[in-house]
Amino acid sequence: MIEQYNPLTSGLWRENPALVQLLGLCPLLAITTTLINGLALGIATTCVIVAGNAIVSLLRNRLLPAIRILVFVLIIASLVTIVDLLSNAFFHELHEVLGLFIPLIVTNCAILAQAETVASRQPVPRSVLVGFSTGLGFTAVLVVLGALREIVGRGTLLAGSELLVGPALAVETIQLPMSGLLVAALPPGAFFGLALLIAVKNFFDIRRTHAAGPSTEAEASRIS
Amino acid sequence: MATSDNPRIAALITVALVAITAGALITVSYELSRDRIAANQRNRLLAALHEVLAPDSYDNDLEASRRSIVAPDLLGTNDPLDVFIATHSGEPVAAIFTSIAPRGYNGPIGLLVGIRADGTVTGVRVTRHRETPGLGDAIELAKSSWIRGFTGRRLDAPALANWRVTKDGGDFDAITGATVTPRAIVEAVRDTLIYFRDNSATLFATTAGRDADD
Repeated sequence: MIEQYNPLTSGLWRENPALVQLLGLCPLLAITTTLINGLALGIATTCVIVAGNAIVSLLRNRLLPAIRILVFVLIIASLVTIVDLLSNAFFHELHEVLGLFIPLIVTNCAILAQAETVASRQPVPRSVLVGFSTGLGFTAVLVVLGALREIVGRGTLLAGSELLVGPALAVETIQLPMSGLLVAALPPGAFFGLALLIAVKNFFDIRRTHAAGPSTEAEASRIS
Repeated sequence: MATSDNPRIAALITVALVAITAGALITVSYELSRDRIAANQRNRLLAALHEVLAPDSYDNDLEASRRSIVAPDLLGTNDPLDVFIATHSGEPVAAIFTSIAPRGYNGPIGLLVGIRADGTVTGVRVTRHRETPGLGDAIELAKSSWIRGFTGRRLDAPALANWRVTKDGGDFDAITGATVTPRAIVEAVRDTLIYFRDNSATLFATTAGRDADD
C-alpha cells in the first residue's frame, strides 16, 4: 500500500521536520520550556519557511547551481532579520523571552532543506503549501514538547500567553496541582521529551504498517 | 528582468538583484520598526526603574539622568555601570544603580538597586540571572517575594555585620536549596549601599551642576 502523497499533511506527520528529518533541533530543544514559547517560535519559523519557499520558487528558473545556496541563504537571512525587527517592534516582551532564538531561525536546516528540495523545483502554490505544512509540523512539535515540559517541569500550562496576544486576550495560566520536576525544565528534559515524541510517532507508524501487511516492511525501516 | 546569454553574468545579475531587493526590504522594515523598538526599550527601562522607585516620588527625566560609573570593587564589574539619579524640584531624591552581583551560582546576576537620598533601600530587583530554575530563581519576584526583603533596609539597619543571610548569622532570609545565590545578592546590595554612602554627594552634586548648566 503506497500512501498518496499529500503536500498539506506530509509535513505534519510523514516528513515532519523535527520528528522524522530531525532538522532544526537547536531552537526546538532550547526554546520549548513552555507551550507559549514553542508556539511563538513555531509561528516565526513558519512565516520564514512560507515566505522563503514563495520567493525561492519565484526565482527557481534563474537559480544556477553555482549561486543556488548563496541566494537561499541571502533570502532566508533577510526574512529572519525582518521577522526579528518586526517581532521586536510589535511583540517586544515576547521578543525578549525568545531572544537569541529568533536570529537563530537562520540556522534551522529545515528551512534550507525546504528551499533546496521543494521550492527550487516546484511552482509557487505547491511550494507555499508544502512550506506551510512543514512549518505547521514543526510548530506542532514545538507546542507539544513545550506543553509537556511546562506541565512536568513547572506544573503550569499556557503561562505567558499575554506576551503573545496582549493582556486583553490573555488566557489565565493553568496551575496544576503539582510543583514540577526540575529536570524537565532544564535542557536534558528537552532531549527526553523529544525522544518520547519520536518513540510515540514510530510506535504508531510501525503498528500501522504491521496492520497493513508485511509487504510494507520497507516503509517501516525508512521511518526508523 | 535583465538577462544575458553568458550564464555567469546572468547568475551575477540574479545575485545582485536578490541582494538589492533584500537590502531594500530590510531597510524598510528597519525604518518601520525603529521608533517602536526604541519606545519599547524606553518603556521597559522605565517600567523596571519604577519597580524600585515610585513614579510619583520624582519629577525629572530618569532616562536622561543616566550616567556611567566604574567601581569594580563595590559594584561587581570592571565595566561602566549605569546609575539613574531621581530628583524632585531639583532636589536629589534617590539613585538607582544597575549593580552586578558577581558571585552568583551560574555567573553574574544583574540587579537594580534603588537607594533614597537618606540611604534607605527603595527596592531591589533582579534584571538578569542564570540561577538554577526551581531553586536560585526564587530571587525573581515572579517566583517569590524574597527580593522585597531589602526594601526599607539601610546600611546601619541591620548593622553592617548582619548584612548576611541567616545561614551565615545575618538578618536576611536564606532560600531553601540555594545558598550561593542569596549570599551573592545580599553582598551586592550591601556593597552598592557602601558605594552610595561614600559617593552620593558627588553623584548628586554633578546632577545638580549639570541641571544648572542647562
